[in-house]
Amino acid sequence: MLLCLLGLLALPAGAAGVQAGQAAPPLSLPLLSAGSPAVFTLASLQGKVVYLDFWASWCGPCRVSFPQLEQLRRELGPRGFEVLAVNVDEVEADALRFLQEVPVTYPVVRDATGETPRSYGIPGMPTGFLIDRSGVIRLVHQGYRKSDGAALRASIMEVLGE
Amino acid sequence: MKQLAIYLFVLLCLSGCETVQPWERGTLAKREMQWQPDPMETSLQAQVNSSKEASSGGQGAAGGGCGCN
Repeated sequence: MLLCLLGLLALPAGAAGVQAGQAAPPLSLPLLSAGSPAVFTLASLQGKVVYLDFWASWCGPCRVSFPQLEQLRRELGPRGFEVLAVNVDEVEADALRFLQEVPVTYPVVRDATGETPRSYGIPGMPTGFLIDRSGVIRLVHQGYRKSDGAALRASIMEVLGE
Repeated sequence: MKQLAIYLFVLLCLSGCETVQPWERGTLAKREMQWQPDPMETSLQAQVNSSKEASSGGQGAAGGGCGCN
């Protein structure tokens, strides 16, 4: 009986997320801020170095990451860097309020179904994927602290320089 | 037979168990879902408690030792 219980506990842990070195799963989602059914695809950013950031309004570290990602995008955008943020909030209004408090200029898409974070198998919030120009994931960044910015910038510079 | 019925019942109950995925924790992240919804209130309570009980510590917060409370 106990074994049976333990087995059930272990069951969901089997699903591992996408790792560095794998191709980024395709993504096609509606833009959050547009208010229209405009769809944004990851494929449209092919040829650019992309930081794909999964976030939610209730996630504390996301509030730290947004200004830093905005800064990185401003600085490295001309060299071919782009940020694509995927919101996973259940309530859209929460996400919009967050964006009013922490405004960003990079595209923000929304997945209310949880299909995209599931296909990426994200281990926690926030999780970022650094994707190179050919669509391969180079770095999986979980969580976010203020001090993470410098290391992330170095990684982006490395991938940009290839 | 009775034992089997109990096992089956427990298994049936377990099918209601669900792992909450990292991106589904919006409700769990709400203030009213925290063990300590208000850190300031918690700290005040700890202060009052340690003062009234003439003991300090054990609250998971730094404090005590100076004998000034």
